[in-house]
Amino acid sequence: MPLSIEEVRHIARLARLELDDEALERYCRQLSSILDYMARLRQVDTRGVPPALGPLTAAPLRPDEARPGLPPEALWKNAPQVEAGQFRIPPVFEGE
Amino acid sequence: MEALDLSLAELRLALRRGDLTASELTRACLERIARLDPRLHAFLHVDGERALAEAEQADRRLQEGRHTAEDLPALLGLPLAVKDVLIVEGMPCTAGSKILEGFIPPFTATAVRRLQEAGAIILGKTNTDEFAMGSSTENSAYGPTRNPWALERVPGGSSGGSAAAVAARLVPAALGSDTGGSLRQPAAFCGLTGLKPTYGRVSRYGLIAYGSSLDCVGTLTRTARDAALLLAILAGRDPLDSTSAEAPLALPDLEAAPTSLPLRGLRVGVPDEYFVAGMQAEVEAGVRAAVDALAGLGAEVCAVSLPHTEYALPVYYILAPAEASANLARYDGLRYGPRLAGASPQEVMARTRGRRFGPEVERRIMLGTYALSRGYYEAYYAQAQKVRTLIRRDFEAAFERVDLIAAPVAPTTAFPLGAHRDDPLSMYLEDIYTLPANLAGVPGLALPVGFDSQGLPLGMQLMAAPFREDLLLLAAHAYQQVTDWHERAPRLVA
Repeated sequence: MPLSIEEVRHIARLARLELDDEALERYCRQLSSILDYMARLRQVDTRGVPPALGPLTAAPLRPDEARPGLPPEALWKNAPQVEAGQFRIPPVFEGE
Repeated sequence: MEALDLSLAELRLALRRGDLTASELTRACLERIARLDPRLHAFLHVDGERALAEAEQADRRLQEGRHTAEDLPALLGLPLAVKDVLIVEGMPCTAGSKILEGFIPPFTATAVRRLQEAGAIILGKTNTDEFAMGSSTENSAYGPTRNPWALERVPGGSSGGSAAAVAARLVPAALGSDTGGSLRQPAAFCGLTGLKPTYGRVSRYGLIAYGSSLDCVGTLTRTARDAALLLAILAGRDPLDSTSAEAPLALPDLEAAPTSLPLRGLRVGVPDEYFVAGMQAEVEAGVRAAVDALAGLGAEVCAVSLPHTEYALPVYYILAPAEASANLARYDGLRYGPRLAGASPQEVMARTRGRRFGPEVERRIMLGTYALSRGYYEAYYAQAQKVRTLIRRDFEAAFERVDLIAAPVAPTTAFPLGAHRDDPLSMYLEDIYTLPANLAGVPGLALPVGFDSQGLPLGMQLMAAPFREDLLLLAAHAYQQVTDWHERAPRLVA
């Protein structure tokens, strides 16, 4: 069940990955062969089997209390662009 | 005998007795790193200055402690390495990726903090497949690590830097992570003891997330006794990780004098499903001989079945990439890490991610995004989650009959660099024996059980019921009392 190049392009867009044509073609080939291998999962009868969600032990609850966190300066330090204590990014809405 | 020939437990005693100082030990590590690491590339970052300053402090406390009989912290003065997916405040962390180039963490992972509070010195950060995605450390954006036993071969992965560092005796022990075998397989390839604890046993806070329902922090050491020493400190509930468990840890007394049949009454199951066509004959022979040795120590050996084993690989390579595709959404070039220019935030994100992620990471993000996308979710993700339940049930049923499961770690010994280039599926098949423990959440331990005809280490894997690391360590320690595979050093070290 091979993927089409359009499908791979769509997945890359969903995943926010800018890929060139050569990369799209390579992933198209590789993902198709990996998904072929995954197809054997359909042989397993899972009627009435619940999904394995969650860890082995129930997570203990804790009181919902505010606690001190990292100071904002600690977070800015790694940012590519900061201005007036805020992350600077390109405009979300252009013009109009 | 050089200091670095000693195990972690032996070094601990030597420091306490005053036979050796923490400064001498730290300098010995730094000298060994300077001599050998240019060939191995186990480390991505070494902070010798910070380590030596901490060693001096440790020496002062050790000296005072000797006079006042003060109860000293368990790991005081012992230098350790940490895989570059666990963050340490002030120490650059990349997770082997160009998308985190230059990132300096503002806080420290709980597992590392616990070691530091116990007096350990963090010497540096070790190489890893990018975001721990890989089985050879070849996927590191900073170049591969080499196996100390054979430099043209891989050390395994993704904790290959930690494994090479411990095997080449650059450090006595190291932390790593294991999402699908990333501690156990490098342990097997490098002749070490690798412990993946039960899911939830050790806090994941500060571990860079890959597959959050699978990720475990654990250790690479030369002996089971050293693994026990570290687990005692790492284990425990952490309010900062909601999946960390409150379960009690009752470690056996591994310092006690050995008895003749230390494993009497212990039932060891050997699953047929783990001995498949295509595996290296010497790996099977090595595991079977080691199982015989466990029987010689008093264990009862029997066959056991884990019927859904063959589905572990497709389940894992749907669930782990699905979780990764969500976890790695945070690398957007906006808040931290390098940024590529773009006209809109969307363009910045796509361009930064497209240029800065390596091919294996992109492949897994794509695979996971596909498995979670509309129209395919039921067929892939939901079905995989159900089959995961069946794999868990296999283990539950098996552990009603046996205390331990003994199996191979990987189908072969360490393979040459480049062996799986351009064939991702063949690389994934390297993980078939280690993935089930992550999917079931059970603890697993790899230990050295011999060498193949090329002089490469052979490993065996032991698995136990959730929170029964004590049984893994008991059996591995008993085996190491009657064998000396774990004491061999690669020729490189001599």
